[in-house]
Amino acid sequence: MTSAQIEIQLIAAVVAAACALPGVFLILRRTAMMSDAISHAILLGIVLAFLVTEDLTSPFLIVAATLTGVLTVLLVEILHKTRLVKEDAAIGLVFPVLFSIGVILIARFAGSVHLDTDAVLLGELAFAPFNRLVVFGVDIGPRSLYLMGGILVINLVFILLFFKELKLSTFDAGLAASLGFMPWILHYGLMTLVSVTAVGAFDAVGSILVVALMIGPPAAAYLLTERLSSMLILSAIIGIVGAIAGFWIANWTDVSIAGTMASMIGVVFVLVYVFSPGRGLLATVRRRILQKWEFALAMLVIHLSQHENQPEAVNECRADHLTEHIRWNAEFARRVVRLAKHRELIVETNGHLRLTSVGHSLAARRVVG
Amino acid sequence: MEITQILHNLVFDYTLRTVALGSAILGIVSGSLGVFAVLRRQSLLGDSVSHTALPGIALAFLLTGSKAPLMLIIGAAVAGWVGTLFVLHIISNTPIKADGALGMILSVFFGFGLVLLTLIQKMPNSRQAGLEKFLFGQASALMVQDVVIMAILGGLSLVLLAVLWKEFKLLSFDPEYAVSLGFPTRTITIILTTILVIAVVIGLQTVGVVLMSAMIVAPASAARQWTDRLGGMVLLSGLFGVMAGVSGAVISSLTAKLPTGPTIVLCISVIVIVSILFAPNRGLVMRAGRNYRNRQRLITDAILLDLYELGVQHHDPYHAHPSSTLKVMSVKRGNILQTLRHLREQQLVAESGDDNWSLTVSGVEKARALADRAEEKA
Repeated sequence: MTSAQIEIQLIAAVVAAACALPGVFLILRRTAMMSDAISHAILLGIVLAFLVTEDLTSPFLIVAATLTGVLTVLLVEILHKTRLVKEDAAIGLVFPVLFSIGVILIARFAGSVHLDTDAVLLGELAFAPFNRLVVFGVDIGPRSLYLMGGILVINLVFILLFFKELKLSTFDAGLAASLGFMPWILHYGLMTLVSVTAVGAFDAVGSILVVALMIGPPAAAYLLTERLSSMLILSAIIGIVGAIAGFWIANWTDVSIAGTMASMIGVVFVLVYVFSPGRGLLATVRRRILQKWEFALAMLVIHLSQHENQPEAVNECRADHLTEHIRWNAEFARRVVRLAKHRELIVETNGHLRLTSVGHSLAARRVVG
Repeated sequence: MEITQILHNLVFDYTLRTVALGSAILGIVSGSLGVFAVLRRQSLLGDSVSHTALPGIALAFLLTGSKAPLMLIIGAAVAGWVGTLFVLHIISNTPIKADGALGMILSVFFGFGLVLLTLIQKMPNSRQAGLEKFLFGQASALMVQDVVIMAILGGLSLVLLAVLWKEFKLLSFDPEYAVSLGFPTRTITIILTTILVIAVVIGLQTVGVVLMSAMIVAPASAARQWTDRLGGMVLLSGLFGVMAGVSGAVISSLTAKLPTGPTIVLCISVIVIVSILFAPNRGLVMRAGRNYRNRQRLITDAILLDLYELGVQHHDPYHAHPSSTLKVMSVKRGNILQTLRHLREQQLVAESGDDNWSLTVSGVEKARALADRAEEKA
């Protein structure tokens, strides 16, 4: 690995972790699409600030863009409060306007601005190591590593400091408000974090893939755990794994790094969705199949215990009668009986089924509850 | 350029005519179908469909090696459809809600689309030039064959909309009732989603992947302000879509360095802002005016009643009182003197001497009516 490759991976990992942390709250608070709106709208702030300062590295750029992000949230809320449009429509109305103005400004001033639409959508992670941070004449590393590192620390500190408040206002906004926590302050705090993170990550991965980094990992983590703290840690890990895997695939196939990072996060999500032990697709299918057999077994033992010691028992408690009585097909009935024998719920003598003591207790349990 | 000149060119200039026709079709289709997305609170589904269409466009090109518009549109539609299926599947099978599913699918698909685009850009023969126009749209590149395909697909969607009007209406306002009536709601939902996907993909070449969602949400949101009827809303939304599409595409093709997609979005946004401010009944300005008049009426009524009750206490309904007395009785009711003068203009009160106010005959009548009504309510 060259030092540039190591630096790119470091930046990618830091960007992924910084995005995943606030993303967890976006997913849980059902405001994920707000990150889409913010990441588009900050383009306008970046362009305007750039036109004023003519310096892409100016800290003023970050402040202006962050403010545009928060302004977007504010505009969406104002529009929603008029009760003339629903919230999803409000989001869908506000960010295209701001983004459009940004794109038009770029197109109009394309000659003098080192911003083009490709950079807007893709970012350019591969160039990140070229932009060095030099302090007192000493090169201490790529600038974006420090920028995103700083943002990661801010996110961590905010979440650790207000963990209890965030948790409460996320899961029970009403209670949080009645206890005097003022959920709207936390809401705007969180949106400012999302905004500043999107601005910082914009350079590296572009406006739309910021959304993938913010929403993808927490969505996957949500399928793995129900604890907020483990969801935060898992999200960060998934984001980093996706970012590093994306980097190597882009490296081998020579395509956009940001694009492969987003794609890999998609792949991780699909894997988690299929294989997650609790909520995954396979686990769900397995559970349904198990339920089917458990239910069939319960039917069988209850049926047998109903007719046990009755005059009709000779007839009813025969294996080949099940197709008629419970309307199972012959194959299914055979397999249920075999499973029941295997579990020692019943014994069969000349086609006559009799409950064992285990079978009796199961029947009793199932009938009662 | 003169308006007449533009109109002349719209009819006789080949390029401008093609651009305007294409944008008009895009506007009417996305406008009318967007209504259902907005009413069903799926405004952002258009955003997701348009972004997820990108890898479909790239794959269609990679697989067929052709830039034929029909191929790319089919690719876009298939990808948009698959993305939507994923979104719906995630929503119904995981604890992740609509916003999370939409955000994740749209960004991941879009990322994959960008990967494919960078792959295509590296291909040796540069026949691929022009796929980037799908990002922000390029109306001036529209050709007659594009417009014909847009017209056929858009026309089909509108015909389906007309045929299934009753079903779509029921589904949008009361899906449970539709189920209870025995409508195949699942099938209807799939058809509605499919024509929404078509509405989105036929606009991609003109408006672009990133901003196409605005063409679904904005015309419908604007139209909603002007009418409470579904039919009127669909017609108006289609009309707004046409207006924004044509004016945006024309402006951008007449001006250098003005990308089409963003220009069309700004045009439709102006329509939205005007609608939200000035629509009768729902518009903010009208609402503010109505609120102001209501407040004024409440204040004048209250002062008439106060004067009347004072009169009752004095056993003389025409007994005069200084405005300071009224002021004590009506805290937080603004400028009492101004209201009194206003009432004097209507000849409901009269001022005798200096700052002494009494009810007139018609004032007593009105106050008595108000008092009776208040009593009835109590």
